Amino acid sequence: MDFGGINPVTLIATLMVTSVPILLAALGEAVVERSGVLNLGVEGMMILGAIGGFITAVQTGSPVLGFLGGALAGAVLSAIFALLTQVFLANQVATGLALTLFGLGVSSLAGQGYNGIKPPATGKVPFGPLADIPVLGPILFGHDWVVYFSLAMVAAIWWVLRSTRAGLILRAVGENHDAAHALGYRVNRIRLLAILFGGAMAGMGGAYVSLVRVPQWTDGITAGAGWIALAIVVFASWRPWRVLIGAYLFGGISVLQLNLQAAGSAIPVEYLSMAPYLITILVLVVISSGKGKAATGAPAELGHNFHASR
Amino acid sequence: MLRLEKRPNPSRFWLYATPVVAVLLTMIAGGLLFAAMGKNPFEVIRTIFWDPIFGQFAFYLRGQLLVKAGPLILIAIGLALGFRAGIWNIGAEGQYIIGAICAAAVGLAAYPTESRWIFPAMVIAGAFGGWAWAMIPAILKTRFNTNEILVSLMLVYVAETIVAKAATGFLKNPEGMGFPGSRNLSTFPATANPELFAGSGLHWGGVTALVMAILAWVLLSRHILGFQIRLAGQAPRAARFNGVNPNRLVMLCMGASGALAGLAGMFEVTGPAGQITIDFGTGYGFTAIIVAFLGRLNPLGIVLAGFIMALTYVGGEMASTNLGLPDAAIQVFQGMLLFFLLGVDMLTNYRIRLRAAGTTVKGAL
Repeated sequence: MDFGGINPVTLIATLMVTSVPILLAALGEAVVERSGVLNLGVEGMMILGAIGGFITAVQTGSPVLGFLGGALAGAVLSAIFALLTQVFLANQVATGLALTLFGLGVSSLAGQGYNGIKPPATGKVPFGPLADIPVLGPILFGHDWVVYFSLAMVAAIWWVLRSTRAGLILRAVGENHDAAHALGYRVNRIRLLAILFGGAMAGMGGAYVSLVRVPQWTDGITAGAGWIALAIVVFASWRPWRVLIGAYLFGGISVLQLNLQAAGSAIPVEYLSMAPYLITILVLVVISSGKGKAATGAPAELGHNFHASR
Repeated sequence: MLRLEKRPNPSRFWLYATPVVAVLLTMIAGGLLFAAMGKNPFEVIRTIFWDPIFGQFAFYLRGQLLVKAGPLILIAIGLALGFRAGIWNIGAEGQYIIGAICAAAVGLAAYPTESRWIFPAMVIAGAFGGWAWAMIPAILKTRFNTNEILVSLMLVYVAETIVAKAATGFLKNPEGMGFPGSRNLSTFPATANPELFAGSGLHWGGVTALVMAILAWVLLSRHILGFQIRLAGQAPRAARFNGVNPNRLVMLCMGASGALAGLAGMFEVTGPAGQITIDFGTGYGFTAIIVAFLGRLNPLGIVLAGFIMALTYVGGEMASTNLGLPDAAIQVFQGMLLFFLLGVDMLTNYRIRLRAAGTTVKGAL
């Protein structure tokens, strides 16, 4: 069952792996943005997570600790963002950009001496004979634990945002911070927690790039994945399940483009490799056209800082 | 317990003091970083900030300052216009690359003719290339309400693939023995952008940057359009009541910043860089964002900020060759500067008040 040298089962199984970094980062960013904060530093947090996770995994020999280290690195960087925007009330767009520039620099500094090293491998979850089922086996039972973790996070975030008190408070803060403040909620503290969560998710996504996807360390390894994650949040109208669809669509396009390159397609390699970015732009246009801010589902306070005057 | 109190008007003192304090704080934090890396912090700071101006090789390095500051200032001025109006063009790097490619294409098409009209045509092509590349996010923003931050940034990655294709394909030097890269434009009199005074580092890009700084200052402080730009940024609703057309502002600000970034790319490819290479984009477009903020989004401030940032480049290179400081440390240093700037900036709009403990209103944080 091949189409032009591309096997659809392998394609789906590969795209599930390819999408993990942007899925994790976009899920985290969706939570951050639902609390009314626009953190454009996803790329910076991802790449710091990538090197943080890589160093931890190489030093300890444990890929699980590596992912935790990546999450920690992302969270630490996002704490700077939280400090600047929630305490010093700095402009969120500018601070997010600063985070990316800073993260790229720090990661390249920290990564010196880690080029060309192979990190400890993250094994597949042993499902036994289940993995040998044709078609379903490779797609459902042939992955490492992070793939399943990312899927579980989609469900968990969806449930927390929809059905729990914490999710309701988070959304209230994002939709109307003055009202939330009047009700006695600590707006900036809730946002701080959301930002840290987003940082940890982005960091873990970055760690997946350097520990599983590539797997090694080079400067600028995330190559814009953080920005694509930001675009996917817009595409998904800030909803977790749509984030999953967006991330898998995007992952599918990346895999397809790589397969076409490998299959020696007539389209030059350069044009294929710009396809993911062009398609992201196209999708953004389709999503945002003809609708106002309310219709796209953007949180009303997105990007606005909160300062209690009373 | 400390608390913030919003000032009725932004503090004029802190407006000017913020960049100075931020640079000083960055020197301290950077010094700690360099010390942690096992370098003598005082020596590194001196190498970066003092030696290029007054040190042993200053006669050469001062010129290098102008070479680096020119494109930074040129790009940052354009960005500042947009940032003032709340229009976030962060894809200047892409516009810079496309400007350079368009200019180089015109110059190479004319090769080997000698005419004094070739260089002006290349200037126009460079500005046009940057403008056209910036028009993509601008038109998508005004027509479809698409986020200009994401689109302009995505286009940087597209531009980077195009420049790689140009260097290995359509602009490749036919006499380059198979190596990637275009003909060296700076070696042909018709297409070269040489130093205007030997050893000064000043080329047409630097001149353009200074002229544009003055023009932008006049625009922002004396022209109705500048007023509209500032109004749209500070009070979008008031701007609409005042008859400001937001779409027109988006087109103008994006177009201007794109054209200036394209010009910067044009002057770079004909001068210091000389040719289109695979890695032509060196990050000026991103560093210019820091320059724009360091200059307080004020054209004259940006000129000053451009020189300070050029110092970190030139001094950073010195520190890297003489003291073995990794290049990435300078990138970290520049990122830190933007952090401190944004943090200290709070003092412009807020004042810190001491408050006795216990009087905290619930939830007043």
